[in-house]
Amino acid sequence: MAILVDKNTRLAVQGITGREGTFHTQQCKAYGTKVVAGITPGKGGTLHEGIPIFNTVEEAVQKEGANATVIFVPPAFAADAIMEAAAAGVALIVCITEGIPTLDMVRAMALVSECHSRLIGPNCPGIISPGKCKVGIMPGQIFKEGPVGVISRSGTLTYEAVHQLSGLSIGQSTCIGIGGDPVIGTSFIDALTLFNQDPETQAIVMVGEIGGTAEEEAAKYIKEQMKKPVVGFIAGRTAPPGRRMGHAGAIISGGKGTAAEKMEAMRQCGIHVALSPAEIGETMAKLI
Amino acid sequence: MKIHEFQAKQVLSQYGVPIPRGEVATSPYEAYEIASRLGGTVVVKAQIHAGGRGKGGGVKLASTPAEAEEIAAKMIGMTLVTHQTGPEGKTVRRVLIEEGLPIKKEFYLGIVVDRGTQRPVIMASPAGGMDIEKVAAETPHLIFKEFINPCVGLQPFSLKKLAFQLGLTGELLAPTTKIIAALYRAFEAVDASLVEINPFLLTETNKLYALDAKVNFDDNAIYRHKELLALRDFYEEDPLEIQASRSSINYIRLDGNIGCMVNGAGLAMATMDIIKLAGGNPANFLDVGGGATADQVRNAFKILLGDRKVKAVLINIFGGIVRCDVVASGVVEAAKSIGVNIPVVVRLEGTNVDKGQDVLRNSGMKFTVATGMKDAAEKVVALAK
Repeated sequence: MAILVDKNTRLAVQGITGREGTFHTQQCKAYGTKVVAGITPGKGGTLHEGIPIFNTVEEAVQKEGANATVIFVPPAFAADAIMEAAAAGVALIVCITEGIPTLDMVRAMALVSECHSRLIGPNCPGIISPGKCKVGIMPGQIFKEGPVGVISRSGTLTYEAVHQLSGLSIGQSTCIGIGGDPVIGTSFIDALTLFNQDPETQAIVMVGEIGGTAEEEAAKYIKEQMKKPVVGFIAGRTAPPGRRMGHAGAIISGGKGTAAEKMEAMRQCGIHVALSPAEIGETMAKLI
Repeated sequence: MKIHEFQAKQVLSQYGVPIPRGEVATSPYEAYEIASRLGGTVVVKAQIHAGGRGKGGGVKLASTPAEAEEIAAKMIGMTLVTHQTGPEGKTVRRVLIEEGLPIKKEFYLGIVVDRGTQRPVIMASPAGGMDIEKVAAETPHLIFKEFINPCVGLQPFSLKKLAFQLGLTGELLAPTTKIIAALYRAFEAVDASLVEINPFLLTETNKLYALDAKVNFDDNAIYRHKELLALRDFYEEDPLEIQASRSSINYIRLDGNIGCMVNGAGLAMATMDIIKLAGGNPANFLDVGGGATADQVRNAFKILLGDRKVKAVLINIFGGIVRCDVVASGVVEAAKSIGVNIPVVVRLEGTNVDKGQDVLRNSGMKFTVATGMKDAAEKVVALAK
């Protein structure tokens, strides 16, 4: 078991013929993901690196049975790509694209919710169930199959955490990068709920960062509902207020969203908080 | 992207928000002329990208044009320090001269995207004029919120509800709903991340005005508002940050002495954190981007070394898809071409890490090779002392 993606995932790639799309499709395929279709409007009916191309997501669903998509289209068109996938009934939509206007995401999320699709991202590395399926841009070789679920708002910091875990021979059930934007499809709580129900997942690493209150809300959920131990880390304790730290969502505004507040909320809810980013793996090793 | 008060007012006014009569002066004489044209008492307001100007002496009343000239002479060129500028303050280059209006009551209006509900939220409060964060913390029942369903957009019932909550009823109901609707139109039309009117003023003669205004734009949406780019004021930004943004590098200058170069925003923040934990102070946040190519590393080096406070540099790259040996070659090439003469600690992790470290060791340059983030932070802190 794992969550959201596994051997039954039939992936379609939106924006497959672009540079990023082409490269990461190859990488996902090499990892063992079943890539069944690509979508590039105007190139339908052709093959790209041996993968059938369709003009619309709907055709990819009808003809190839795609049940997940990954999006590599540029920011100006990415919200539309998300909505197209949702309207086509795709259950899982993973959006890698960074830089989508927030109000575009507000509209896209309204449709995603109505269509009962699950969106991961945008502005995220994607999702991987080690040894089974990779839908995203993460380096597959640093992951290892095992019992720990990982949820994170950032990319390379997730790799850092996973690298520490794998180095201590602690494998992962599924790792989800939920993304660094203010409006995202899958929250910490959504991911925690799925891990809570997954029999293979025995513990969770949650990597947050400054900005918003998602970590505080997740901490409350963990205290009230979570049956499994959680290790947490928050990046950005040295970040100044009012400055956007790369991610559109990583900004301390109105005195809210500081790392200190988040760490305290997490501690109070029974989460094992790693003070240093170098101690995420060790903190988990002590627990399991 | 942030803009000045006078620009924010111009933007909002285009969508139908009433603003006081006023003009911008860059010299005391201009201030005199504008005050003469406006007549009566005027307000002289320093234009910088920070709030809290009143308390810092950046907002003053003048009863005559000569007084306006005198105040402007003091204000233009002065360094204004407020709770939002940091201790170094900001230099005032322009003042806004506006008609003085008789105040009956001050309200608050603001719109942002609420992360929890993933919807725009209009916030309104009868406790205007104050720091709204303080109102939210101390008297949250005085902030009214209306969440807007993006599928149907802003509806009249929401507007009426807000007006009644503010107590702006009777003959004031219609103008209030009109102004809130105009503010919302502006928010959507310019892809703002924040629009705010504080105070939203009711005059003795029962007229409503945006007495102060703030508009921040969503950086991700600026590409479709080319006309707004003209409003960017480079004098308000750090020159190194401007240089960085031209190379698509995310850089924010801080006050420490350890320069950081990292791939990925989350890891960049975590690197700053671990430097602090090791007893040092980061000089910046810098994300070179996921790929960390030689070109980007070179650009990043130039920016880091442009900050004279930097005594040592920590490069922390997690090579995932990009291999560490490729990153290492890029670092060596960039350091050689620029001539880096302060200590550089490099921590590489990920694919081909051993090969990458060999490249650094055999480069003939004095890199300190670190293993792990903790080791890297301790080494760079020691070298910066």
